[in-house]
This record gives sequence, structure tokens and C-alpha cells, in this order.
Amino acid sequence: MAPGEKTKIFILIIENHDSNIILSTQNLSVGYRSKKNTTLIASNINLEIREGELVALIGVNGVGKSTLLRSLCGVQEPLQGEIKIGGKTLSSTSSGELSEAISIVLTEQPISKNLSVFELVALGRQPYTNWIGTLKPGDADHIRQALKLVDIEELQYQKCYELSDGQLQKVLIARAIAQDTPLVVLDEPTTHLDIYHQAYVLKLLKNLTLQTKKGILFATHEINLALQLCDRIILMEKDKVSIGTPIQLIEQDVFANMFPSDLIVFDKDSNSFKIKT
Amino acid sequence: MPNIPKYRGLLFLLLIVVLLTALLNISLGSVNIPLKDIFAAFFDKTTGSNTSFRYIILEYRLPKVITAILTGSGLAVSGLLMQTLFRNPLAGPYVLGLSSGASLGVALVLMGASLFGGAMTGFLLSKWSLVIASSIGSSLVLLAVLLASAKLRDTMAILIIGLMFASLTAAVVSVLAYFSPAAQLQQYVFWSFGSLGNLSWEEVLILSLFWFIGILLSITCIKNLNTLLLGEQYAKSLGVHISRNRIIIIAATSLLAGSITAFAGPIAFVGLAVPHLIRQVIPVNDHRILLPAVILGGAILMLVCDIAAQLPGSQFTLPINAITSLIGAPVVIWLLVRKRKFLF
Repeated sequence: MAPGEKTKIFILIIENHDSNIILSTQNLSVGYRSKKNTTLIASNINLEIREGELVALIGVNGVGKSTLLRSLCGVQEPLQGEIKIGGKTLSSTSSGELSEAISIVLTEQPISKNLSVFELVALGRQPYTNWIGTLKPGDADHIRQALKLVDIEELQYQKCYELSDGQLQKVLIARAIAQDTPLVVLDEPTTHLDIYHQAYVLKLLKNLTLQTKKGILFATHEINLALQLCDRIILMEKDKVSIGTPIQLIEQDVFANMFPSDLIVFDKDSNSFKIKT
Repeated sequence: MPNIPKYRGLLFLLLIVVLLTALLNISLGSVNIPLKDIFAAFFDKTTGSNTSFRYIILEYRLPKVITAILTGSGLAVSGLLMQTLFRNPLAGPYVLGLSSGASLGVALVLMGASLFGGAMTGFLLSKWSLVIASSIGSSLVLLAVLLASAKLRDTMAILIIGLMFASLTAAVVSVLAYFSPAAQLQQYVFWSFGSLGNLSWEEVLILSLFWFIGILLSITCIKNLNTLLLGEQYAKSLGVHISRNRIIIIAATSLLAGSITAFAGPIAFVGLAVPHLIRQVIPVNDHRILLPAVILGGAILMLVCDIAAQLPGSQFTLPINAITSLIGAPVVIWLLVRKRKFLF
């Protein structure tokens, strides 16, 4: 320090946060807000998603799974509370930063089937490419790795209109992987698939969490499969949202009251729903 | 995407076809001009072997060829932009109601002129008033659509609003046509036939300015257009500013379609059909290839249609608006039936 210069005091702020947490919410309320009234879908949601974790979001039709997913992805404004992604609040995250934090897989989108599989997966690199979208060698590596992880390398030159529903779902997952985000969110990735492919896709997601250390959150109706594969489960009910490992939730007996009990019951021995006999 | 070099050759081929059809277009007409006289008119000013040829080329055919190129490519690009933005194969400049807005403007001037009567008539029926009226008409519709698109989140709703404007203006035009005298009605009908040949160099310059801005805006959107191939929700998750992008695309479309309709009349079909024609010939959806291909394809279609409209060797000129559909529609149908696959 030069003589005469004022002494500067440096204050080192050490943020004390769990570095494994990718996304967390605090007292989150989701719903719709219009000029006249607010529709509250769910409130007091406290959850976190960690690295390498496969989390299923389950709940009956119309309970607001999509609304919650949309809010977590920043598509929709939350009514109250806070969503943090990588230690930063969602409201202060720009759309560019968000595209490098969360990738999504949706169903029923007007996707151009005239794209080849490679082209579609390559679109996952858009946040990283220049103004006209030129792929650099590094981008090509990411795409190739995504194709390999999802095991669709042999499909890459095919057009999307040539694919089956199951194959297309894998391509969309590969696109999300190529986007190279710590968190992948999928909205009902198993709809339209037969039971084999449902299991295949969920097993694929499980393997992806192990291989890539990404956190994966998906909404699903396949509770039986989710209970077997997921690290944790978010159960959305009308008045509360619970989160826990499958075993914790089963112990809390939350599934017993999930559906009206006239048709199906939760069988604790096999950990699955059974038709009432 | 890896196959761009493969299509570069194809684009070059299309460019050569544009130049050849342009040359053919200059050469053919009510008087056929030999190729060497065309070159003489451009490069060899001293010989002046045939000054009337030079006059025809420089004052009449060259501006017409340039108008054809600007018109065809501009309409085709605006069709492509609309189809990608709305992810709808039926979208085109017509769907946004731009042509209808322009038609209403012209109809009001032409057929309303008799209502205003007296001293105004002379001014109202001049050529500039038509251009001004159709520009005002299309930009008013554009303004309404832009306001709607800023307010609405659903692109499909914008599409419907465009269609509603189209039928609204069509209805007003019908009412005007019903009450207007035969002479004015005829004048309106002639305008609606479309025309490439009536532009002075000054007007060509104004049109090319609008064309240039429109194409430039489209080029800045290429990356976002590619992302929109996945639908708006994916595009948003990839960091695209949906509403900003939408406004740029709609502005580009209106600049192109609005200025073209103002100068050349409401030319149908090209905007809708050329992108489909190109997708059948070049089976790719990457806008880095699709956009230049559509520009060249639109120019070629318009030049060929204009040659056909001239009926080489005769004194007649058929309405360009009819020729584009007469030539274009069977080609689209043939391509679709032959490939049995609708690529979009």
C-alpha cells in the first residue's frame, strides 16, 4: 500500500448456502391473476431440487401441476413468495440467463416435423450461438453427447415426421440435454406412450440424473413408476403440497386419500394403486 | 446445422435462374428485343444502333423487371415470416389483412371520389393518391394488428383478428362497389388485377427502400425464426423475447406487403405459395437457407408470371394477379400430390 493512501477495509461476505441446491422456493403461491380477481391454485410451497436428483410432481387432474411447473420455469408470475435458481431470484433473472438455467420438454407443441433429429437437438444450443445461430465445434460436441446419452445417434439424420411418439419424446429430451442446463423440467413426458416406453423414458431420466448430475423435475400420472424410480416426489393436493422420498410419503400415508376411494386403493404391500375388488 | 454447404450450390443455381428469367423478361414482350441489343443498351452506349430499344429497356422493361423481383421476393418473404410466426401453413400477408386494408384504401379513393365530387375528383383519381390510399389502408390495419398483438398472448387470436379485418374491409368494398358508377368500379377492378409495369424509376427506388428495410429486419430474425419452429413456448425457454420478436416480424411483413400492394396492387397467391414451393424443392426448414431460397424463388415466380402475362409477340398484357395463380397453383398441387408429403 502506498504511503498516505487511506486504509481500505475489505469485508468478505461468505454466502452460506447449500451449493447442491439448483432450485428452491420459499412460501411460494401460484395461480392466476387478472384485473378483477386472483385465482389461488396452491400456496405455501417450500421445495428444493438438488443436483442429480429425479423428482416427480404428481397430483390429480386439475390440481395445478402445470401451473406450478410454469411458475417454476418463469413462464408465469408467481402470486407470492420466491423462487431461487442457482442462488438468484427468478424475478431478477433475465430470459437469456434463464435459458441457460432451465430447459423444458413439453407435449403437444406445434413443432415442425420437417426438421431432422439433429437439427431439432441442435436448436437446444440456441442460447449459446451467435446472432444467426452458427454452431461451433463445442456446440457440435454437446449435441453429439446429448444424442449419445439418449441413445438416438442412429436416428440423427431422420426427419421428425418419420419418428414414433416414443422416439420423438427421446429427441425432445436430447434437445433439453443439449441446452446444457442444471435443471430439466418435463411436463408429462409419458403421455401417449405404452407402458414399456413409459418405463423406458422414466428409466432414461433416472440414468440422466446419474450420468449428468442434472436435476430433473417432471410431472406425471404414472405414480406406480414414479414411486419405484424417483429420488423424491412432490405430491400436490388441493390444500397442501408435500415433498419427500417415496418411502417417507408412503409412511405418511398421503396416497391413501389422493383419489376418491370408490374405485382404486393404495396397496401398502406392493407400493402401488390397485383396483378395488 | 451441418448441411448448409450442400444447399449453397442450390441457392447459386436459383440465383442464375433469376438472372436468366430477368434477361428473358427484358427480351420478350410486345416487341422482342435480341440479346445483343440488350447488352448494347447496358454496356455499349456509343454505338446506339437502336435507340428505341434502349429507351424501351431503360425506361420500361428494366423498372418492370426490378419491380417483379422486388414484388415476388418481398411477398414470398412476408409469407414465410407469417407461416413461421404463426406456425400455420395457411398464413400469408393476406391473413394479416394487409392486402384488404390496402384494397379498402383504394376502393374509398376510387369509388368514394364520386361522392366527394367536384374539384377533389381530379386529385383523388391521380396515381399518387392510389399509392397513398393503399399505404394508409394497409398501415392502419397493421397498426390495429400490432395493437392487438401487444395485448394478446395467443398468436392464433392475432390470425383470427387479421381474418376478421380482411372480411370487414371486403364487406365495405362490396358496399362501395354496389353504389359506385361503372367507370369507377372498372378502375377499381383494374387496380385489383395488379400491375408491375406502371412504376417510374422514382417509385421503384421508394419500393426498393421499403423492400430493403423489410428484408434486413427479416435477416435479423433468422435465428429466432428457427427457434420458433419448435413453437412459442420452447422459443421462450430458449431465451427468445417473444413479443419483441413478434413485433419485428409483423413490422417486416407489413413494410414488405404494404409497400408492394401500394405500388403493384393486391397480388395474391405468391406470399402463400412460394414458401411451400421452396419447401417441396429444398426439404429444409432452416431459415438461413429458407429465407434466401424464398427470396430467389419469389423473384423467379414473378418474373416467369410476368413473361406469361405479356403474351410474347402480342399487344395484350394479362392481369398479373390472375397469372400468378394460374401458373403457381397447379405447380403447388402437382408438387404436393407427387411427394404425397406435406412438409411444414
